[in-house]
Amino acid sequence: MSAGMQFGFLDEYAKREIRRASLKAVAIPGYQVPYSSREMPMGRGFGTGGLQLTLSLIGPGEMLKVIDQGSDDSVNAVNLRAFIEMTCPGIETTTSTVEAELIQSRHRIPERPLREDQFLVLQVPYPDPLVIVESSEEKRKMLHGEADYSRLLVKLYEDIVKFNEITISHRYPTRIADHYVIDPSPIPRWDVPKLDQSPALVLLGAGREKKIYAVPPYTKAEPIAFEDVPFRVEDFYDQKGQRRACARCGCRNSFLDEYVDSTTGELVYRCSDSDWCDEQLLIGDAPEAAHG
Amino acid sequence: MDKVLSVEALSKRYGKGCQHCFALTGPAFDTNICPECGSVVAAHEVSFDLHQGEILGIMGESGSGKSTAVKCLYFDQIPTGGRAVFNDQGESFSLFELNAAQQRRLASRCFGMVYQNPHLGLNFDISAGGNIAERLLMARVDNYADIRRRATSLLERTEVMSERMDELPRNFSGGMQQRVQIAKALAINPPLLLLDEVTTGLDLSVQAAILDLILEIQQQSRTSMIVVTHDLGVIRLLADRTLVMKHGRVVETGLTDQILEDPQHAYTQRLVASAL
Repeated sequence: MSAGMQFGFLDEYAKREIRRASLKAVAIPGYQVPYSSREMPMGRGFGTGGLQLTLSLIGPGEMLKVIDQGSDDSVNAVNLRAFIEMTCPGIETTTSTVEAELIQSRHRIPERPLREDQFLVLQVPYPDPLVIVESSEEKRKMLHGEADYSRLLVKLYEDIVKFNEITISHRYPTRIADHYVIDPSPIPRWDVPKLDQSPALVLLGAGREKKIYAVPPYTKAEPIAFEDVPFRVEDFYDQKGQRRACARCGCRNSFLDEYVDSTTGELVYRCSDSDWCDEQLLIGDAPEAAHG
Repeated sequence: MDKVLSVEALSKRYGKGCQHCFALTGPAFDTNICPECGSVVAAHEVSFDLHQGEILGIMGESGSGKSTAVKCLYFDQIPTGGRAVFNDQGESFSLFELNAAQQRRLASRCFGMVYQNPHLGLNFDISAGGNIAERLLMARVDNYADIRRRATSLLERTEVMSERMDELPRNFSGGMQQRVQIAKALAINPPLLLLDEVTTGLDLSVQAAILDLILEIQQQSRTSMIVVTHDLGVIRLLADRTLVMKHGRVVETGLTDQILEDPQHAYTQRLVASAL
């Protein structure tokens, strides 16, 4: 860090404002708290919302993990981690979910259940789930205030009519504490149930849209669905009806990524969470995951 | 008979207004535009009662303020003055004193509205069944099978082929769009149904079918209705009592037969004579 640069890149006033917005978000679960998102040395949409949360909340001596699509090694994760290391002297970084105190993530929640002493920061591109059915922000605020999500449910209704199932694969609208419905960032459906009664605080930051919202610890998080067409996660069954296993560690209860083997041309499935996959390789026998 | 709705001195003015607006407009001046400030007095001192199971007709030429009055009651417009009390299941609601959230909640729970233009009443980006589902979901019906069943029965009741319930309303004829609108308005069995020029622009056979449908609904479910139209035929067929409006004022009110057979006001006499 060059001389004169603030710890955490942001000035103290900005960090204090983000911490206050975070507190308000915790106090009103699921409510999108506006804040003045700062200009960061990277494009909006590259995780600046999550990054500003992390920079405002982390302190020297704390252990950070940054993941992108479940991987610690992807471009977004590597660059964000390098930037945080550069601007926050004294912090430590890890790829281990168990060791981390603060986890910043894009598109995934780690497979290993989080603890009370950890918190998760999710990068959010579009914070408002109602944006797909209502373009006016003023009207969306009214709908949120009155907890009127009938138009979102109509979208699910139309999905079932057309495809005989709900086709939302990620950003599944989730009702927090029986009121506000949030966009839980582009996590897959697999990860949505992990928000429910999570011991860890989950903070979601949208830099471009200038919103922070939260799922506080031990809070009800319920994906919206119909009484008789319940929400369900991805099943990863093959044509024989067998649950696919990770080609690397053999785990049958994690979220899998699909690859094409460049030599055989066949589809290969591997754990999306690289740390979880490494753990399973060491253990040799996959223990229960969140959906085990 | 129980009073469902009581409207007193409902007024709506567009424009900045001045002290002469009400004194210098109306049928006597043959205008509803204030000569001093240019404001439009769309409705002034409109009063009426609506009873359980009754159909009240509001008749008048274009610009007479009949749609404005109904839109104020459905909270599409904010009235300039007046009072309206809606009674439902022992509860009374002073409509214009409710806050915006309470108004939206009441409208979604107790009122059905059918517009002349189906684009105002239907979402053309979702299916006919989806439009009805939206209304049911607002009323917290969250069982998919129940919603499908109810939408099918409503569309059948309004003579829309249930096989077409998953099609977009844009693929339907004008008459069918109106029938889907009526089905949507009826989805929650509202105690009050507001119908704004529902047959205007439709051909005669479709008009007749829709009017028969409205009568049938009124007879089966005893829904109270306000029917806004400039068509005397519609008034004659549907309305028990009628209000005649001109330049934002009620010029005559009474039993429909009485108004059509023995009109008292010169404007009503001209209107009835022109229809004969």
